[in-house]
Amino acid sequence: MKFGVVIFPGSNCEQDCHYAIQSVLGKPVEYIWHQDTSVQGFDAVILPGGFAYGDYLRTGALAKFSPVMRAVDDFAKKGGLVFGICNGFQILTEAGLLPGALLRNVGLKYVCRYEYLRTETTDTPYTNVMTKGRLLRIPIGHGDGNFFADADALKRIEDNGQVVFRYADANGKITQEANPNGSLNNIAGIVNEKRNVLGMMPHPDRSSEEILGSADGKLIFESMVNALVRT
Amino acid sequence: MKATVIVTLKPTVLDPQGMTIHRSLGSLGLTDITDVRQGKIFNLQLKAGNREQVEKLAKEVLTNPVIEEYRIIWE
Repeated sequence: MKFGVVIFPGSNCEQDCHYAIQSVLGKPVEYIWHQDTSVQGFDAVILPGGFAYGDYLRTGALAKFSPVMRAVDDFAKKGGLVFGICNGFQILTEAGLLPGALLRNVGLKYVCRYEYLRTETTDTPYTNVMTKGRLLRIPIGHGDGNFFADADALKRIEDNGQVVFRYADANGKITQEANPNGSLNNIAGIVNEKRNVLGMMPHPDRSSEEILGSADGKLIFESMVNALVRT
Repeated sequence: MKATVIVTLKPTVLDPQGMTIHRSLGSLGLTDITDVRQGKIFNLQLKAGNREQVEKLAKEVLTNPVIEEYRIIWE
């Protein structure tokens, strides 16, 4: 089992992801350079947070033209696990691997704080060790995390059970006050229809050890390991 | 030849930046302006007759079709 963490020019959370996989989970992990044209040998690919290509034009827009993204696209279409965190989520929507788009936060401010996420489905390779409704305390740090999809796309996402995490209050209620960025239906993370690609704005890589304030993010990485062991 | 590509959010997409600009107009007394939508402009220089490349750039790079639309002004 080998994890890969892609580095784009402007990525800045690749070391957090690498550390979480290697030191917290104790699993093999290597970096993948954005100029690489293959992800052969990897069982899961993580697109980390940051500001790939300076977020110029639109967040994630230029990263999708990196050579590595063609390989990631193939890998995802063959069922490989592809996990985009924060900027990685933005890249996955721009690349068309996930539906929707991430707009500027409604408050226009960069928001950096802990959020409660309600686990909406356990039927994904990213949530198979949780129980449905499980609250996770995981931090966000973004200026463009406002999830948007048109009415038809949103209905499909909801009907297919593709919403994995929603911003909630400490009691697990989905309220407007608990929504940090204006995301439709408080959506914090979604999977694709085949459920092998996950994108989420909050950072499990920053919350996989108690010493960091929360170890809830570890459950997501453990689920991935669990899914890979099963296959 | 020149081309100007204007990219704007679709009318159905919330524009928090435009709304914020609009809200600040009241203090200037510009109350007849009823809405503000923010967008982007790209000025391109090209060889004559190469319109297809501009269309491709506008469609596949400059615009995210989920949230944005574009129009091109040729001169």
